Amino acid sequence: MHPPPANAKRRDADQRAARMLGALVALVLVVMAAMVVFVFREAWPSFSHNGLHWFGGGGDVDHQIQAIFTSGDLKQRPVYAFHAWPLLWSTLLITGTAVVIAFVCSLFVAVFIVEFAPEWMRAVLEPVVRLLASVPSVIFGLIGVLVVVPYIGNHIISEHSKASVAHIVSLSGYSMLAAIVILTVMIAPIMIAVFVDGLRAVPRGWLEGSLALGINDWRTFWKIGVRTARPVLVAGTVLATARALGEAIMLSMVSGSVGFSPNPADGLIFFVEPSRPLAATILKNTEELTSPPMRHTLFAIAAVLLFSAAMLSLIGWAVKQPMKRYGVRA
Amino acid sequence: MSASAAAAPKIRVASSATWRLRDRIGLGFAWLLGLLFCAITAAIVIYLLVQGVKYVRPNLFVTHPAAGFDEQETGGFLDPLIGTFLVGAMAMAIAFPVGLGIGVWLSEFGRPFALARLTESTVEMIAGIPSIVLALFGTLIFQSPALGFLSRSAGGVVFGRSFFAAAAMLSFVALPLVVGSVREGLQAIPGHVREASYAVGKTKAATTRRILLPTARPSIVTGAMLGFGRVIGDTAIIVVLLGATLRFDGAGSTPLLGTLRGTGSTLTTYILQNAPTGEGNQPTKAYAAAFVLLMIVLALNIGAGLVSRQGKAMRWS
Repeated sequence: MHPPPANAKRRDADQRAARMLGALVALVLVVMAAMVVFVFREAWPSFSHNGLHWFGGGGDVDHQIQAIFTSGDLKQRPVYAFHAWPLLWSTLLITGTAVVIAFVCSLFVAVFIVEFAPEWMRAVLEPVVRLLASVPSVIFGLIGVLVVVPYIGNHIISEHSKASVAHIVSLSGYSMLAAIVILTVMIAPIMIAVFVDGLRAVPRGWLEGSLALGINDWRTFWKIGVRTARPVLVAGTVLATARALGEAIMLSMVSGSVGFSPNPADGLIFFVEPSRPLAATILKNTEELTSPPMRHTLFAIAAVLLFSAAMLSLIGWAVKQPMKRYGVRA
Repeated sequence: MSASAAAAPKIRVASSATWRLRDRIGLGFAWLLGLLFCAITAAIVIYLLVQGVKYVRPNLFVTHPAAGFDEQETGGFLDPLIGTFLVGAMAMAIAFPVGLGIGVWLSEFGRPFALARLTESTVEMIAGIPSIVLALFGTLIFQSPALGFLSRSAGGVVFGRSFFAAAAMLSFVALPLVVGSVREGLQAIPGHVREASYAVGKTKAATTRRILLPTARPSIVTGAMLGFGRVIGDTAIIVVLLGATLRFDGAGSTPLLGTLRGTGSTLTTYILQNAPTGEGNQPTKAYAAAFVLLMIVLALNIGAGLVSRQGKAMRWS
């Protein structure tokens, strides 16, 4: 909507405002573009030396990181050999499992909040979700280290299973399980907030049409409400996944911070094996940015994270398009 | 189970005869999860409250932290506490005007169309960028000689760690929240309000400044508070770009500027260092700091809730 055409002075004032704000917007866009370019440029040596093996396995990733770091320090030939599979595998496992669990729980809680919770319950749940979403990750990490990890170490892992893998890796409670449990609690509120907005926006008449046919509330809401809100479900999941992928602090505190790839062949012990995801690896090694090959390697990890985040937001944008037809913004 | 008075009354099937066992189990599961969620939150808050009451001492707030091996030696968290507010205020000083500008432009101007779509998706992407990646990018920018005046430099090597660097990168963390709330607030204002303003001869710029922004204030303030909460809760950027040193470690002799150019820490990095996985390993201090941080976040949340409720009270017919 525009104001009616008017005299030159008024038009000038508006144009000036539009131009100034447009310049501000352009500045932010330029900074973001610069960020993508700079990160990938810094990351390039690591990718070009390793090729696709960067994403593969082979060797102890912690030893590789150590070798990369020292090679930069002693003015020798820089070493770039880096096989990030254990880190990728840990990221995929922790993020994937947490997102799946959080998705199911969040969907039920969101449906509950929107449709089935009594008024008092809704009045409690909504602020609770908002509060939990804004608790800093370092607090989750602290609780994880001081409460969840000792519990897993003392009660869930038996002495027998500790002994069975003692020659490979020590099980102390710093584990994937702790990471998954806490990450689930961290990302569920983000999902719930988005889901609730989406489910509220489902046109009332559609639900009433189903109710009029004699379908009960529960089935109506799942068959009509949840299905209509599918794009929002994807959008919320994407947002939460991005947060989970980038989580460095909490995961570096509870995941054990060892470049070990948990082995599904170990049976149930698999879940209590330590590992270290990508973001936590960057955080752990930030002191070593002074070594050029190390810097390139860390930026390569950052580039992978940045690429994933960009892809996720692209997916989120794409699935939201059909929803706009109903006038739903999420 | 009646809906709130404001919303249209929901139609309910009176008889529950159509509820099959599976439906009942599903509803029971939803109840269980809802209660579990409240229980987890309550457990976190109460647990930290208990630890806080046990370990928070008034002198923790007024003593500087120090390196040491036991509780008596390590001091309090005066510096991290000041650092938290300092870096939060500086980050918001950047993020708020920029976010306001972008939000207003997207909602009220938004031409050319392609640039607006691009901006929208960029802001969404910023929300998804891990803060550790922002931190690494920050080291690239602020270690460049051109920006050397913003941090300490020795022998031509720019250190790149300062309050300026951390605040600049942290502003990206708050930016999407601010933009989102500004847009939401502006879009909730119906078109006839703008038309009425144009009809009395106001320009678009004047309408935005005098009518729209004051009307959208509750939403904007809510966004700013939530953004501040997000900024002070961030750890990765502080570790990488503020140095996470125990005390303020100023660069140069100018009183305030020296501190801002130097390194420091916030409550989040203080907790990180004093957790059993950190270098300090003083869990009681970490608990006390976590309690204080949680209280700040809680206060911001309650404040944001109050402000946004005040905004919702205003209705357009």
